[in-house]
Amino acid sequence: MPYTAVKPSRARTSDELRATIPGWGADLDPAVRPSYPRERLEVPATDTMPEQQQHEGYRERSIEHARLTPVFGTVAPLHGLSGWIRRLAYDRYSEGRALHWLLLVLGDRVDSAASGLRSFASLRPDNPITETGVLAELKRGGLRSRVGRGRIDLKHTWIDPILVAGPFVLGAVVLWRVTRPLRRRR
Amino acid sequence: MKAMVYRGPYKIRVEEKDRPAIEHPGDAIVRVTRAAICGSDLHLYHGMMPDTRVGTTFGHEFIGIVDEVGPAVEKLAVGDRVMVPFNIFCGTCFFCARGLYSNCHNVNPNATAVGGIYGYSHTTGGYDGGQAEYVRVPFADVGPSLIPDDISDDDALMMTDALATGYFGAQLGDIVEGDTVVVFGAGPVGLYAARSSWLMGAGRVIVVDYLDYRLQKAREFAFAETYNFGEVDDIVVVMKRATDHLGADVVIDAVGAEADGNLVQHITAAKFKLQGGSPVALNWAIDSVRKGGTVSVMGAYGPLFSAVKFGDAMNKGLTLRMNQAPAKRQWPRLFEHIRNGHLDPSAIITHRIPLAEIAEGYHMFSSKLDDCIKTVVVPDAA
Repeated sequence: MPYTAVKPSRARTSDELRATIPGWGADLDPAVRPSYPRERLEVPATDTMPEQQQHEGYRERSIEHARLTPVFGTVAPLHGLSGWIRRLAYDRYSEGRALHWLLLVLGDRVDSAASGLRSFASLRPDNPITETGVLAELKRGGLRSRVGRGRIDLKHTWIDPILVAGPFVLGAVVLWRVTRPLRRRR
Repeated sequence: MKAMVYRGPYKIRVEEKDRPAIEHPGDAIVRVTRAAICGSDLHLYHGMMPDTRVGTTFGHEFIGIVDEVGPAVEKLAVGDRVMVPFNIFCGTCFFCARGLYSNCHNVNPNATAVGGIYGYSHTTGGYDGGQAEYVRVPFADVGPSLIPDDISDDDALMMTDALATGYFGAQLGDIVEGDTVVVFGAGPVGLYAARSSWLMGAGRVIVVDYLDYRLQKAREFAFAETYNFGEVDDIVVVMKRATDHLGADVVIDAVGAEADGNLVQHITAAKFKLQGGSPVALNWAIDSVRKGGTVSVMGAYGPLFSAVKFGDAMNKGLTLRMNQAPAKRQWPRLFEHIRNGHLDPSAIITHRIPLAEIAEGYHMFSSKLDDCIKTVVVPDAA
């Protein structure tokens, strides 16, 4: 009981566990655990610095960094309105400011909406059926996986289609409203 | 080359992209032979991770064959079969020198709070990931390792993140002989953390989830006692009763940002992105561990604030330990455990899909269809 100094007795002894569970206690000694101690105490005395990755133009970085790191990713450089928002987040606010992250989230939504719109002017417009993978509902037993299995996530699963289809519906409504004067003129 | 490409929340597709190029003398280009979808990929997929840009390729769990090396690469050669840790790290900075590879300071200009990770948004450096036919691997002499001949591709793939993270999570618990360990989450990391807890001498291992098929896996694979929190009124009380009202010695959060079990927390975090993550599992961990106990956090959370019950953690005198796992540091010991039959990592793989079907693979994993636990993606060029 927690109200005395005695530790509760265990259901199985160490010998019983060793006999039944593969490898039980193989890492009992912390010294054989690869991340013990988590931080290595013997540090090599070297001031080696990696060569700087070459780049042209602006590369955003956290203002908490003293410099552009020697190596960085180059996928999806900043562009357009989303790029302007993200650049503001990086140039103005540290990682310690909520606004830094909230602006980046805003940039993500603008990026997603703008690229969706752009896709309709391309040979491969966004396809909500294939891109959401919703056909897996048919191929992977959507009903069977959910019904009668006591899944508590069903309480909020209904929100997902709204989150996914919402921007498409909203876009269609906006397009309809914006083009209404043109249609009336005809 | 063909690559998975993010189009916005809940939307991905396979596109033709340029094959990656050597951008730094220490780079290699790896032809991906196997990749996996990680639970934390779902945070990106659901639009929870700030600065996830349209056009990015996800995937931080992958293995492959070296296809090209930069002029400074000495330890790898074209044709080598390699496993690549999910962390990108330089090996020489202040943090790498201390073994904190996941906290490398030289690979992520976008944030100082996190190191570099393949295919995990610009918040972790803006690198493309391995759910593609080819991937750029920076610091190729530092991160990747040759896959030993006696280690299977699937086992090596699991070691690039999920297994290393679960094993690391158990280590951060500082388990001593006879400890009671509770693991929240029976996904891949939770299953590996539970199984690893026995290696460190746990006396009891309890796994909590709401999906019965995963709890069944926890019983079979991790030899754990299991509880379905969807079937009880208050899982914290159940955990207290299960531990003589003391609380567990160690609790591992293997859930992270999309934790279920509290509608308000889940919706505000996972659906409307008003928190860095839903801290339901973390709060349960704080409440379920005994006073003076240790909470090990392996679940991934976003950088925004979350409504964590910090007062209880303080009043109980808890030790909170956490980090992205320095995957490569775990490998030598994990190789031994696999060779000795202590661990069989690939036993949790439930699905294999071609890269072309990755959108459906994400939906299946995200929606927990077809009893999915771990999905392996095989590119056409593999």
